[in-house]
Amino acid sequence: MKALSEFRGVWIFSENLDLMLELLGKGSELADKLSVELTATLMGHNVKDQASKLIEHGADKIFIVDHPALKNFYVEPYTSALVQLVQQHKPEILLIGSTRRGREVASRLATRLETGCVPDCTELSIDDGGRLVMSRMVYGGNAIATEVCRVKPQIATVPPRVFEKLWFKERKGEVVEADVELEGPRTEVVETREIVAAKVKVEEAKVIVSGGRGVEKKEDFEILEELAEILGGQVGNSRPLAEDRKWFTEWIGLSGHKVRPSLYVACGISGVIQHVAGIRGSQVIVAINKDAEAPIFEVADYVVVGDLYEVIPALSDALRKLLKGS
Amino acid sequence: MPTIIVCLKQAVDVTELKVDSATQRLITADAPRKISDFDKNALEEAVKLKEKLGGEVIIVTVGPEDAKMILREALAIGADKAHLLSDPSFEHSDTLAISYILAEGIKKLGNFDLILCGEASIDSYSGQVGPRLAERLGLPQITYVRALSLDGDTVVAERSLEDCHETVKAKTPALLTVTKEINEPRIPSLMAIMKASKKEITIWRAEDLEVAKARVGKSGSAIQILEVLAPKMERKRIVVKAETAKGVAEKLAKALVKEGVVGR
Repeated sequence: MKALSEFRGVWIFSENLDLMLELLGKGSELADKLSVELTATLMGHNVKDQASKLIEHGADKIFIVDHPALKNFYVEPYTSALVQLVQQHKPEILLIGSTRRGREVASRLATRLETGCVPDCTELSIDDGGRLVMSRMVYGGNAIATEVCRVKPQIATVPPRVFEKLWFKERKGEVVEADVELEGPRTEVVETREIVAAKVKVEEAKVIVSGGRGVEKKEDFEILEELAEILGGQVGNSRPLAEDRKWFTEWIGLSGHKVRPSLYVACGISGVIQHVAGIRGSQVIVAINKDAEAPIFEVADYVVVGDLYEVIPALSDALRKLLKGS
Repeated sequence: MPTIIVCLKQAVDVTELKVDSATQRLITADAPRKISDFDKNALEEAVKLKEKLGGEVIIVTVGPEDAKMILREALAIGADKAHLLSDPSFEHSDTLAISYILAEGIKKLGNFDLILCGEASIDSYSGQVGPRLAERLGLPQITYVRALSLDGDTVVAERSLEDCHETVKAKTPALLTVTKEINEPRIPSLMAIMKASKKEITIWRAEDLEVAKARVGKSGSAIQILEVLAPKMERKRIVVKAETAKGVAEKLAKALVKEGVVGR
C-alpha cells in the first residue's frame, strides 16, 4: 500500500448529473484548499457529451467510462469501475452523490478499499492537517456528528441540494477515456415503474407552506394552497397527515423530504424533533400555532400564536395587497 | 426450506435523548436501547416468510452483553435462534469493522438463503452495514426493499428509489435491506414471550470468531468521531402580535417582504 501522502486529489462521482454539478461546486473549494486537481468520474452509456459541462462546473480532469453495460444502473459494474480507477490513481478524497443508488455504491466501494465512508454530509471542510472534516445529522436529528477518516481515500456521500453549483467561463480540462473491466450485475431488474411525482419536487420549492395536525380537514388545505400560490411556492405536510390520517403519501421531515427553502411557513405543526430536522436548512421559518407552548416556536424566526384558520387567509390578503403595490 | 438470517442492531432510542446544556453534548451513555426500527421490519418479514415457507430465522447482533434484552424480544417475535457477537474488543467499531465481525459470524453459521437487514439504523443512520456485509460475503444485494417474495432459489423484490420502483430478481443466497413500508411489525403475545425464554442465545467472543484484533474496535475502524453536539438552531423568534388576525397578518407580511423571501 502507498503511504498516505501519496494519495492526492479530490474526486467526485454521481450517477445523477445534476448532483454531480453540485459536488463539483464543493469539490472545487476543497481542491483549491489542498492545491490539488478536481477529477470527475463520468459513467454511463452515451454520456461523453456531458464532459464539457463538468469542466465548466469546475472539473480539471474527467475519467469517462462509457459502456452499454452501464446503461441501466447496477451496483456491481459501477463499483468495479470506481474501485479500479481509485486504485490506479489514488485520490485522497472521494465525494459521492447520496442517492439510494449512490449510497450502495459508496458502501461497497469503501468496503473493497477497506476505508470509511461518512454518509449524507451537510458540511465539508479541510482542517490544518489536510484532513477532510465531515459533518452530518445523527440520532434522529438530535445531534450533528463531526467525523474524520483515518484511512485514504476519505469517502463522503453528499445529498442533493446541500451545496451550490459553480460555473466558470471558458474553462479547460482534460478528458480521459478510462480503461477498466466491468463486473457483471448479480441482480436483474425485471420492471421499472416511475413514481408519479408532485408538480414540483418539494425540495426545489423556494417557498413551502406546510400543514400539520392543526389542519382539521384535508379540504382545508385550500387556504394553504392559496397562500403558497401567492408566494410562488407549494404546500407540504408533516408526517401525521400522511401516516395517521392518510391524506398524503409523503411528508417533510427527517424520514421524508428534507427541505431548505427561502421561506418555510409551518401551519398547525407542533414541531417534533424529526420534523424540525427536515426543515433545518430553511432560511426563514414562520410558525403559526394555537398552542403557545408548541416546540415549533423554539425554532421559528416569526412566531404567531393564533388560529391558522384566521391568520392564513389574512396573511394571503395582506401579501396580495403588498405585492400588488410593489 | 429457507434459512433466513436477520441482522439486528441494538440502537439508542432517539426519542429519549438528553443534551448537556453546558456543553451542548448529547448524552447517549444511559439512554434507553431498543431494536432499531427498520431492523424490526426485517425481522417481521423473515418471520412471515418462515410462516409461509417453513425453515428457520436466525438473529445475529454485534453488541454488548446487555443486547440480550433485544434478542429475547426478537425470539418472542418469532426468531428461532440468536447469536450475539460480543467482546470488549468490538467496542467503538464503525461500519467497516462491524461488517467484518458480522461477516465472520455469518460464515461460522454456515449455509443460508437470505440475509435481511434494515435500510439503516435509527441512531447513526448510515445505511452501510447491509451493503458492506454483502460485499464481504460476495452476495448480490437489493437495497430499500418494500415488498419481497422467495420462490426456491430466486428472490423477487420491489425496491423503492427516489424516482421509481424497481422489481428486481436475484439468486439466493442474497442480502436485502428493507424499508419501513414493507410491513407492520407484530407485538409478541405473552405466550410468545414465555416460549422465547426457552430459546437459545449463543454468545460468540473474538476468539470464537477468530477475528483479527487489528480489524475490530477502534483500531479496526476508519472513522473517528470528533464530536457529537446538539445542533445550533439560531432563530430570531420574533413574536408577531396584534389585536386582530388581520393586524398580525399585515405585520408579518411586511416583515417577510423585508426579509426578501417573498416575491418570485
